[in-house]
Amino acid sequence: MNEIIIDVKNVSIRFGQNKVIDDISFQVERGDFIGLAGPNGAGKTTLAKAILCLLPLESGTITLFGQHGARFNYFSKIGYLPQKNSNLNSIFPASVEEVVSLGLLAAKKIPKVITKSDQSKVRKTLGELGILKLKNKMLSELSGGQQQRVLLARALVSEPELLVFDEPSTALDPASRNNFFRLIRTLNRKKGITIILITHDTGYIGNYANKLLYIDRRLVYFGEISAFCKPKKGGHFFEKTDNHIIWHQHN
Amino acid sequence: MEIINFLQYSFVQKAFLAGSFVAVVCSILGLFLVLRKMSLIGDGLSHVSFGAIALGLFFGFYPFYVAIPVVMIASFFILKISEKAKIYGDAAIGIVSSVGIAGGVILASASNGFNVDLFSYLFGNILAISNTEVILSIVLSLIVMILVYVFYWDLFSATFDEEYAKTTGVKTNFINILIAFLTAITVILSVKMVGVMLVSALLILPAVTALQLSKKFQVALLMSSFISLFSVLLGITFSFFLDLPTGAMIVMMNFLFFCLTFFYRKVFD
Repeated sequence: MNEIIIDVKNVSIRFGQNKVIDDISFQVERGDFIGLAGPNGAGKTTLAKAILCLLPLESGTITLFGQHGARFNYFSKIGYLPQKNSNLNSIFPASVEEVVSLGLLAAKKIPKVITKSDQSKVRKTLGELGILKLKNKMLSELSGGQQQRVLLARALVSEPELLVFDEPSTALDPASRNNFFRLIRTLNRKKGITIILITHDTGYIGNYANKLLYIDRRLVYFGEISAFCKPKKGGHFFEKTDNHIIWHQHN
Repeated sequence: MEIINFLQYSFVQKAFLAGSFVAVVCSILGLFLVLRKMSLIGDGLSHVSFGAIALGLFFGFYPFYVAIPVVMIASFFILKISEKAKIYGDAAIGIVSSVGIAGGVILASASNGFNVDLFSYLFGNILAISNTEVILSIVLSLIVMILVYVFYWDLFSATFDEEYAKTTGVKTNFINILIAFLTAITVILSVKMVGVMLVSALLILPAVTALQLSKKFQVALLMSSFISLFSVLLGITFSFFLDLPTGAMIVMMNFLFFCLTFFYRKVFD
């Protein structure tokens, strides 16, 4: 068994009267590629944000790289690609190079300064993703696919050990989507980066992930994709649609 | 020849010196505020400063010594009320702003004595700035500049994408409080220059002008600072020679730069 880097124990999260996560437990091992799936409103993004220490828990604990979530400070070990550039301000005058530099802040102490060596790291990461020529462009001038690559560069520049992607492919056309998933599979297999991927596209989970975490406010399934694909008696969640797609893509 | 004489007046030198510092600070803070969609916080806090100055005059204190803590508390209050009380930021600004003005008017009415002094703060007059005010302006401006330099990347990150900033360990709550306090200081500094009624122009116009042309945040900051600085220097100069109100001239210079960049962008972009 590999080192456990995320340990989620009996976690519940509530927004006002609404319990969005109910008593979920699972463990993520180093090198896992986990597909996090579930219907709309199942709490996928909420769970991912809780793992990233962005949300308070109603009960339970999350331990990340051996640190309790409330005291977590190994931020440079984490890379995060949020959902569909939802927070981006279209008039914000941020160049690609400036945006990617933000990924380096986790390892810095006040006063934070972006050094020449940091700039080299930024350019190297942009080069690896094939977007170095965009470094002086304003982020909002780029296409959805290019913006996604820039935000991926921001997540990767600090050489994280864990990457969390929240529906990363929604702004991409089918060709860019395939390239994107191939790229993150390479990061997982060659660099050993642990990945948590939230997506509605269960086909991609079947193709690229080694484990499935399926939630619908509560934990429905967590385990190897191969085990999940075996027919189960009484498995009413996956019998018809999801099971078929994942099983099909997995082969 | 006339311009040389003009530059030799000590009140002009003081106005240029204090005005330059305040212009740069306003433009820097203004850019963060505009991008955070908090442009009108300057307007709200300037109205609070009106009430605070009235409070100072009422009790016989130097008005700015009262205004600084009161406006800081109001700024913090706007931040917290919009976070905790299910009130939108603009509504919170509206509440604090109207209470500030109402308080000032009540105190002015109750005092029967300092109305003239109080109303001189409505439109400001940097040409009448005292030595103490020059020193206060420079010291407070330097404090704001140093804090912005020290927390530059955290301010940038939290303004660009607050949620992502948290995942890199940026203390966004602290950054929000820092911005509120820096804005409070900047508003108070600007009141002497352009007056309560025009403070928000000094915060908003250089920033939106720079945003017309900049594609990089650092460039936007520099451009905003230069536009603000030139507007203040030209505004003071023209107001002297044309015998027009200084605060209003500074604002009109800022607006002129905005129009020029706006049309430049429309034609060439």
